[in-house]
Amino acid sequence: MDVLALTQKFPQTQNLAGQDMTTFAVNSTELADIVKYLRDEQGFDLLADLCGMDWKDRTPRFGVVIHLLSTKNREYVRLHAPCVDDAVPTVSAIHPGANWHEREAYDMFGIKFIGHPDPRRILMWEAYPYHPLRKEFPLAGIEVPFPAADVAAVTGQTVEPAPMMGGPFVSSGGHMSGAEPQALDQSWNEEKPKS
Amino acid sequence: MVKSDFGYNSKIEGEVIVTRADAVVNWVRSHSVWPMPMGLACCAIELMAAGGSRFDISRFGMEVMRFSPRQADCMIVSGTVTYKMAEVVRRIYDQMAEPKWVVAMGACASSGGMYRSYATLQGVDNIVPVDIYISGCPPRPEALLDGMMLLQEKIRQEGGSLKRTFRGRTVDTKIVS
Amino acid sequence: MTLNMGPSHPATHGVLRLSLELDGDKVIKCDPVIGYLHRGDEKIAENMTYNQFVPYTDRLDYLAPLANNVAYAIAVEKLAGLKMPERCEAIRVVCCEMARISSHLLGLGVYAMDTGAWTVFMYTFNEREKLYTLFEELTGARFTTSYTRIGGLTRDLPEGWLQRVETFCDGVLKTIDEVDRLLTRNGIFLERTEGIAPISKELALAYGLTGPNLRASGVAFDLRKDKPYSGYEKYEFDIPVGTKGDCFDRYLVRMEEVRQSVRILRQAIKTMPSGAWYAEDAKKIFLPPKAKTMTKMEELIQNFMLVTEGPQIPAGEVYFEAENPKGSLGFYIVSNGGGVPYRLRIHGPSFVSLSILPAIVPGNFLTDIASILGSLDFVMGECDR
Repeated sequence: MDVLALTQKFPQTQNLAGQDMTTFAVNSTELADIVKYLRDEQGFDLLADLCGMDWKDRTPRFGVVIHLLSTKNREYVRLHAPCVDDAVPTVSAIHPGANWHEREAYDMFGIKFIGHPDPRRILMWEAYPYHPLRKEFPLAGIEVPFPAADVAAVTGQTVEPAPMMGGPFVSSGGHMSGAEPQALDQSWNEEKPKS
Repeated sequence: MVKSDFGYNSKIEGEVIVTRADAVVNWVRSHSVWPMPMGLACCAIELMAAGGSRFDISRFGMEVMRFSPRQADCMIVSGTVTYKMAEVVRRIYDQMAEPKWVVAMGACASSGGMYRSYATLQGVDNIVPVDIYISGCPPRPEALLDGMMLLQEKIRQEGGSLKRTFRGRTVDTKIVS
Repeated sequence: MTLNMGPSHPATHGVLRLSLELDGDKVIKCDPVIGYLHRGDEKIAENMTYNQFVPYTDRLDYLAPLANNVAYAIAVEKLAGLKMPERCEAIRVVCCEMARISSHLLGLGVYAMDTGAWTVFMYTFNEREKLYTLFEELTGARFTTSYTRIGGLTRDLPEGWLQRVETFCDGVLKTIDEVDRLLTRNGIFLERTEGIAPISKELALAYGLTGPNLRASGVAFDLRKDKPYSGYEKYEFDIPVGTKGDCFDRYLVRMEEVRQSVRILRQAIKTMPSGAWYAEDAKKIFLPPKAKTMTKMEELIQNFMLVTEGPQIPAGEVYFEAENPKGSLGFYIVSNGGGVPYRLRIHGPSFVSLSILPAIVPGNFLTDIASILGSLDFVMGECDR
């Protein structure tokens, strides 16, 4: 791919020197134009993936990562686009396949896509109030009413948090420590009883 | 039959068998359980394999897999039940005609399996009363057939009343026959 | 008229709901509703070590679990910068191709069953049972194999297994020929599949289709040939490419792919190298051999730390796509160092295959929908994750 041509046409993009493929950090306002340019001028005709990201410690917190594939030149390119006010312009006009990917990113993270023709949840039901893949959302879930009111009335069922029992049994969740490993969820252990 | 619900000696009684009505009805019901495959995920593939020619669920009279709940006897919940799918499972269960049974096939249907997450119902017995639990991830077709044979035995024991576990409590339900 | 082709339906191959608007018998609008099998895999991955996540990859495309295992292992190994020994790569190729045959046999069988040909389903399932016996011998489970680990495999090949795979290859060719004789020139099958829902090259690329669906539309792109991984460049095989992109083309592409997979399998079996089946120099990633773990202190500590803390993968990000039977299964992994990923994104090809439905279903009859769904060959496990 012609990195120089891209950076000359869009001077605000930053080459992140990715290890497995060419990676750029792009400005979200220019995102749609860059994707269109890459499709028309540089032959990246297939949208391989579009996903949301929750960069917990960065500002802005949310971002979108787009992978494009050129079937003729057999190469990939990765674009990192940070959100502005949790919003990013849609690329579904250029790659219609991005429609569902963006709906999923909205469903899982709450990232809004400006100009999206059909902004609905796709994996969770419409009335679900949370965005599950955000880092502060617990794996077990938060109690919400059952999606169907009549079934809930008959069975008395709600969407309950799954019983974690102190798991998942993954120690420290970070770097290999020299000390004895402990479970990732320390809200309940020998010193602290279950609340 | 191992237990003799009736006594029969052809020299004395001729060509007539005397038995309880319950025994005959239960015998007929147990040998023609028509499953309604609620095939949701990977366990459905093992269910299909049990219907194939190697494991042949047809020997038990169960090859008639009716996808319409009105025509089925037993709902085999095979696969992970998510909260979004749970209402559909319950509605289909409600549409089935009495007598009906539910088999929770696999770990995900029995207790949520290895998916302890925000979206998975931790066991289908939270929304429908389950008769037989089959463990495995996925259970081998032999395990499924073993579970169905247990169901057949359970059906044969029915004496006008049915005991099922529903939300951890045992509930006495009368069948309307 | 609005018709709901609900999540529990024999022709939808899993829990897919189609919200249809009909004008008599013709479909005007089709809106697929997915998410009925969304189990939270990506969130679970953020709480599991890399090896603990392998069983979850089995259940993504649960018709070809070995292929998912291999794709995931290669993605993490790319992030760790590991190079696999040749035997490991060859065994992985054998696993992937067997998984491809398994998935296509089921896809063809179920597709034929949907169009009315029940016998084909029985034949292909019988053949798959032979595959299951081979998988069971290799991994311990009929499917849901969890065979790969980061840095290698669970165990080496059993003795004589490759000969049994060779015998299976002969058998599967006979079955595919029989299916061919039953279906390919069958008038009823042709009426139900030829000319139905053609996907042009431009539409396929615009929607991001991959795998046999893309190749049936005329784009000759196969990751095994264009971006080879795990030693695929050593084997000689062709990729079938269609012309019109209708249901019949997709069926033909899958039939031919089974034959090509057998070709690859035969070459892999003949040239199977000997040697290590795991990366022996990956001290912080792969478990040491059991003989050393039980007798030496250093290996015991290493085993303990690896099992509790997970394989230590350096910080970075990687996106790897493998040519799975349904399309390109992509893993985008972001790691902050340590044994647990920061973000693991799974790009399922069936998600993309289903997203094209609103574009190709309208204009067809209601009865054609079963044919279209069967020809796209998707799995809800991969779509909803």
